[in-house]
Amino acid sequence: MIRTLLAAAAFCVLVSEVAAAQTTEIKIGYLRQGGARAAISLLDIPAPDDGVAGAKLAIDDNNTTGKFLNQHFALEATDLKDEDDPAAAVGTLVERGMSLALVDLPAAALLKAADAGHARGLLFFNVGAIDDRLREEDCRANVVHTAPTRSMLADGLAQYLVWKQWRKWLLVVGSHDADKLFADALRRAAKRFGATIVQEKVFEDTGGARRTDSGLTQIQSQIPLFTQSAPDHDVLVAADESQVFAEYLPYRTWLPRPVAGSAGLVPTSWDGAHDQWGAIQLQNRFVQLFHRRMTARDMHAWMAVRMIGEAATHQHAGDPKQMLDFFDSPDFALAAFKGQKLTLRDWNLQLRQPILLSDGRVIVSVSPQPGFLHQFSELDTLGVDRPETKCRLDASKG
Amino acid sequence: MWWRAAFLGTAMAIGLAHPAAAVMAYVSNERGNTVSVIDTDKWQVVKTIKVGQRPRGIALTKDGKYVLVAVGDDDTIQMIDTKTNEVVDTLPSGPDPELFIEDPSGKLLYVANENDNTVTIIDIDKRTQLGAVQVGVEPEGMEVSPDGKILINTSETTNMAHFIDLASRKIVANVLVDSRPRFAAFKPDGSELWVSSEIGGTVSVIDPVQHVVKQKITFAIPGLRAEAIQPVGINITHDGKTGFVALGPANRIAVVDAATHDVIKYLLVGQRVWHMAFTPGEKYLLSTNGVSNDVSIIDVAALKVIKTIQVGELPWGVTIARH
Repeated sequence: MIRTLLAAAAFCVLVSEVAAAQTTEIKIGYLRQGGARAAISLLDIPAPDDGVAGAKLAIDDNNTTGKFLNQHFALEATDLKDEDDPAAAVGTLVERGMSLALVDLPAAALLKAADAGHARGLLFFNVGAIDDRLREEDCRANVVHTAPTRSMLADGLAQYLVWKQWRKWLLVVGSHDADKLFADALRRAAKRFGATIVQEKVFEDTGGARRTDSGLTQIQSQIPLFTQSAPDHDVLVAADESQVFAEYLPYRTWLPRPVAGSAGLVPTSWDGAHDQWGAIQLQNRFVQLFHRRMTARDMHAWMAVRMIGEAATHQHAGDPKQMLDFFDSPDFALAAFKGQKLTLRDWNLQLRQPILLSDGRVIVSVSPQPGFLHQFSELDTLGVDRPETKCRLDASKG
Repeated sequence: MWWRAAFLGTAMAIGLAHPAAAVMAYVSNERGNTVSVIDTDKWQVVKTIKVGQRPRGIALTKDGKYVLVAVGDDDTIQMIDTKTNEVVDTLPSGPDPELFIEDPSGKLLYVANENDNTVTIIDIDKRTQLGAVQVGVEPEGMEVSPDGKILINTSETTNMAHFIDLASRKIVANVLVDSRPRFAAFKPDGSELWVSSEIGGTVSVIDPVQHVVKQKITFAIPGLRAEAIQPVGINITHDGKTGFVALGPANRIAVVDAATHDVIKYLLVGQRVWHMAFTPGEKYLLSTNGVSNDVSIIDVAALKVIKTIQVGELPWGVTIARH
């Protein structure tokens, strides 16, 4: 009891007095495997600092707060090549005195990094991978996820389509693994929210280039033909994370139908056009610093560094265990310009968040949609919920 | 002929004298780029003034001559002459002004610049900037202590109330509050500072001498999810006994016993309630309801909503002027 009181008193003094105490340095690592991601639209080709820029902005924001608390934040980003061993990169983080790191790696590499960091007490923040399995059967107790899952994105879209009474879907799926995973999430969402997939079609990636000197002449006739035989539907839903065909669908389908999913109306955790709930302030700060628009990946990284900042502000940045306890406590609420507080799902360390629906120009809507109720948090109508989870954090290797 | 002129003169004098007693409410309409003027005797909008882009913070000057309105997207504060109800001048507020407050002398204006992490100090008479104080990320709430010595600023992403000594213009204390602090209000006797946290869903009651949060006011409304309770505006009665807290998308104003800090009652108002203002004598309280485009009128003694008035698009701030 006395100890608690003393701790509380010390805390108050620390926060309220502008004293010249010693500055606490909080170094955050950032492991990423970049490489150009191919895209149909030039506008979708990511900037070289995609993600890292968001982290840097949050470092600035944390440091503005930190100057009142004698805390200083720094970021060290490392680019891994395909052949680099994530476990070795984790070793370097430890040598350089870091116990916190953002990771933007494919699922398999992320798990290698997480398991290598486990014994050494590292806490990771997944800012890239949207794979459900990282929050389900392959969840880790030392990986927090600020990126949403495919199922959260699919559910966010499905709720809107059902609200709009567009219940009959034509599902077109790409031939890559990620496309199939997104299609799985869309099928699950259709079932949960009462939509019907009237037909599924596969769009094979035959390996063609996305840009050619001959241009789009053939595509203009290919897409109507491809969609010609489909039964009547309200909306065409495309699963094309590999960006091979989806952007070719709008305005070219046989029947005049809206497109959603990987093109047209796209579910995302952030968009450069989102300006509600004070987001304009964050967008302005970002553009001022980086002279480009803020992407979803930038936002995942911003949220991760801000979560660390929040823990530090509350004097819980000391070690990862303490930090996780703080994220799990009622004191933690992340303000991230989504109109409500974001909290962490305690069963798999996934950040709860609304899903924006963007047409590429403006935000059309934000899910959860009205009427989709939940006994704990309406945000838990998005993605895999507690009763269905396969994640066992106690049993996980993390 | 002379008697007619004299008669007209008298009539005009009476005509001028009469509105001098009228109490007008000025409502900034964030999306409409207008200010609605409400006659509080008739409860009617009597004029709609065109202003700059994205009007939010709005307040009457101490001398009663101007209503100041921060037009954030135009990076300025416009001055509305309360006699003519027209925009007559501007103040160099710095970028993206949102909320501001006058010092007790009425000479200086302190402005929160959301994009710049600063509080700008303006000489109102000279219309010039006197300086700036660096604060936390996204400064918003502004308040001056009743003794005029301390300026309070809340910063939305830093989650602190900054105490700025007005003589030295230096920060003397920072008090951590819950997420996204948007508004600060002192009790009239200066004994407590209340700070609302929009995302955190609480109002922190701060001891302004010790610089510590001594209590948090929490809210619970049956049937409403906790995330929808987002406290913003705070108004405390002159006797310091009752506090009103606007709860945003919860569409309610909480009535708080300012001694015990317990919620006595929730008043159902329009959608997304932002800010409030008392009429003279605290007979009525007006609230701006952002999403339903209206203003609710609350009878303070009865604690009842008695009327709703349609205003412009997305009403945000409100201030009262006696004409």
